[in-house]
Amino acid sequence: MAATKHPQILFASMLRGGQTVLLGEAGWVGDPREAVVAHDVEAAAALERRGKEEVARNNVVDVYLADVEIGADGAPAPLHYREKRRLAGPSVRPDLWARREERLR
Amino acid sequence: MALISNGAFVEDGWRRLSDEEDLPKGGKCIVPQARLAEALKVLPSDAPLGVRVENTADPAGLVPHFARLELISIAFPAFSDGRGFSLGRLLRRAGFTGELRASGRLIADQILHALRCGFDTIEVSGDIASRQDQAQWTKALSAFGAFYQQGYGGRTHILEQRRKAAR
Amino acid sequence: MTAHEPNLAARSNEPIISYRYDEHDRAFVRARVAEFREQVRRRLEGALTEDEFRPLRLMNGLYLQLHAYMLRVAIPYGGLTAKQMRRLAEIADRFDKGYGHFTTRQNLQYNWPKLEDVPDILEALAEVEMHAIQTSGNCIRNVTSDQFAGVAVDEIEDPRPTAEFLRQWSSLHPEFSFLPRKFKIAVTGAREDRAAISFHDIGLRIVEDANGARGYEVHVGGGLGRTPMVGKVVRDFVARADLLAYLEAILRVYNRFGRRDNKFKARIKILVHEIGVDEMKRLVEEEFAAIDRGPFAFDADEFARIAAFFAPPPYETLPGRSEALETKKRENRDFAVFVSTNVAPHKASGYAIVTVSLKPIGGIPGDASSAQMRLLADVSERFGFGELRVTHTQNIVLPHVKQDDLFALWRELSAADLATSNAGLITDIICCPGLDYCALATARSIPVAQAISRRFQDPERQRLIGELGVKISGCINACGHHHIGAIGILGLEKKGQESYQITLGGDPTFSASIGELLGPGVTAQEVPGVIENLIEFYLSQRREGERFIDLWRRLGHARFKEAWRREGEDGVDI
Repeated sequence: MAATKHPQILFASMLRGGQTVLLGEAGWVGDPREAVVAHDVEAAAALERRGKEEVARNNVVDVYLADVEIGADGAPAPLHYREKRRLAGPSVRPDLWARREERLR
Repeated sequence: MALISNGAFVEDGWRRLSDEEDLPKGGKCIVPQARLAEALKVLPSDAPLGVRVENTADPAGLVPHFARLELISIAFPAFSDGRGFSLGRLLRRAGFTGELRASGRLIADQILHALRCGFDTIEVSGDIASRQDQAQWTKALSAFGAFYQQGYGGRTHILEQRRKAAR
Repeated sequence: MTAHEPNLAARSNEPIISYRYDEHDRAFVRARVAEFREQVRRRLEGALTEDEFRPLRLMNGLYLQLHAYMLRVAIPYGGLTAKQMRRLAEIADRFDKGYGHFTTRQNLQYNWPKLEDVPDILEALAEVEMHAIQTSGNCIRNVTSDQFAGVAVDEIEDPRPTAEFLRQWSSLHPEFSFLPRKFKIAVTGAREDRAAISFHDIGLRIVEDANGARGYEVHVGGGLGRTPMVGKVVRDFVARADLLAYLEAILRVYNRFGRRDNKFKARIKILVHEIGVDEMKRLVEEEFAAIDRGPFAFDADEFARIAAFFAPPPYETLPGRSEALETKKRENRDFAVFVSTNVAPHKASGYAIVTVSLKPIGGIPGDASSAQMRLLADVSERFGFGELRVTHTQNIVLPHVKQDDLFALWRELSAADLATSNAGLITDIICCPGLDYCALATARSIPVAQAISRRFQDPERQRLIGELGVKISGCINACGHHHIGAIGILGLEKKGQESYQITLGGDPTFSASIGELLGPGVTAQEVPGVIENLIEFYLSQRREGERFIDLWRRLGHARFKEAWRREGEDGVDI
């Protein structure tokens, strides 16, 4: 199996609420620690396939893979600052950024 | 393709001639603009004739044939491409009184735009028709009773309503 | 009720200060809300794909951003009543996170609505004669204008009746709702241009012909973004009676011939640039001549009906000079400073125009909490006939304050952190939401604004520096108008990091100019230092009365470029 250049996770936005979510084992999650991480081309393709199925079910929009690195705590962290920002919320209003689990509702 | 008239799916009495087919002896057919000259030459002068044009067509090329044409179909390659609305309006302004058809990718939400710009019918691809059932087209037709713009058809304009109220 | 008189019976306590909907306007926005509710239902069910739904939601001002949806509410030509401002506060509390962001096109943005709530938000707006119609999408957007309309001393004619006339004409236009790209119109009616008309797709300047008849000088093809351009005059004079037909001609030419092959080359400015202004004029005049004016004749009564709503409020007869004001200025230095920076002269004797800054030191430019919105609504009623304006510099204006009341107003504003004395000064920064919020952004913009604001916060130093427009955009789309800032800052990505390019010499007024790039990009940390160097250079070189933009024009690029490198430091290579 061909390895991807970097491990990858799948980003999307919830259609109804607009929140940023990641694809986990059983569905969409807010916490990167629960995201499925693809380390090879097949796994990445499988993530995309699941994501597109979810788009077709009108649950999410804008699915795409993002490169991550695995941190010391085992959690995937996006490499690009844009995706880092999507997970961290507005840097200028840290007071608004609810707990990760809350963001899914 | 599915044909919408007055918000309902209807049978299409016209046949859309492809670029390669021979011109039929009878029946109503819509020819591509590139074959219009041929059709005018070959078909009997009382044979019902329609032409389909790109949304970039020059109205001047069609004006001389208005008397002969019963239908002009304007292509809408994408619902975000509004050139057909201007072309429809220009054809009406130049005096075309036959059936004006918007053909291609339109969604139900554009039915009033089309109507007000002078279109009689809308023809959409099968995939659009399967997702946008008749109920949506009918409902979209009644979304608004009046609009602000003068000089467009299809619905009362609000200034007219204001004048009536003021009398 | 005649065609001219507004329906005064409905709201007898409030003076008529701006356009009020009649039953037809109300029916229109209600129909629009119902239509959008249905569109959302069809989207959630899958009858509409996202590709089909996207232009529909954009035409109702709804974007999908980095963290959430964003709803852009239309504030036509920047005018708000106290009641409308209170409703905006309520919506912020009920459907959002307790605040809103005022934009460079005089609109308001909510950053956290849910799709399923948007129909209810639109309904709440419709109840107070507001909407989000066409605040996005490839259609005609909010017609913007001068925040001092109706009250400015240099006014020739109030541009708001024209703006309202155009708002109605452009709403749900059947032919021009699927243009190659967005279309922005601005109107000005004064000697100074406070509406940046030279940088709009169509800019209208109210003028008089030789016989004193009112009409419009028409500019076409101005814009910012990737390819900033100053608009070109296509007609020196279009009579009022011809305005709609003339605009229809321009829009039709654009709709037919504007590029649709490349999103970044699809604005009318590109068309004008590519075919030339002479060919553009020819096409427009040809179309204008062909428009059948019969069914379309200008209705002077209708224009007069609209104009009547903008008649001056019932000003009291007051002396030109307020002794109470002068006394308070002597007694309270901070208040005196506020008057010198944030208060402008008014047409009506004894009145003043107050700019409420939404740029507190270190704050987020243009943001207002729901509490601040309520306070603004309250003070507008106590001190100004219940009217407010949103400026395209992201501030709020109270356009009718008695000079006698300025001190009391200032006290109220101070208590709510709304009395920063920086209107038009270096910390009155224009700044887009940037990568903290926006899906289009390439870098954050707000933290850069905050850093500059803190660095230059000293009030005396700010007044010493004087008039200086700092404008920051978080991407090439230029929503922060950086091209027309005397100092412009553009946030880009360079080698995986946020990087900021500095431009100098932009001017949004009639002496329009586009900023020039000064040098390679610098990091966010370096920006305040670079600005510091430029300011020091300016202060060391300027002559009496010379603003920053004036010195730039006198000395030029090379002299300023030398200045931006601190002694001993290398510049950063791109």
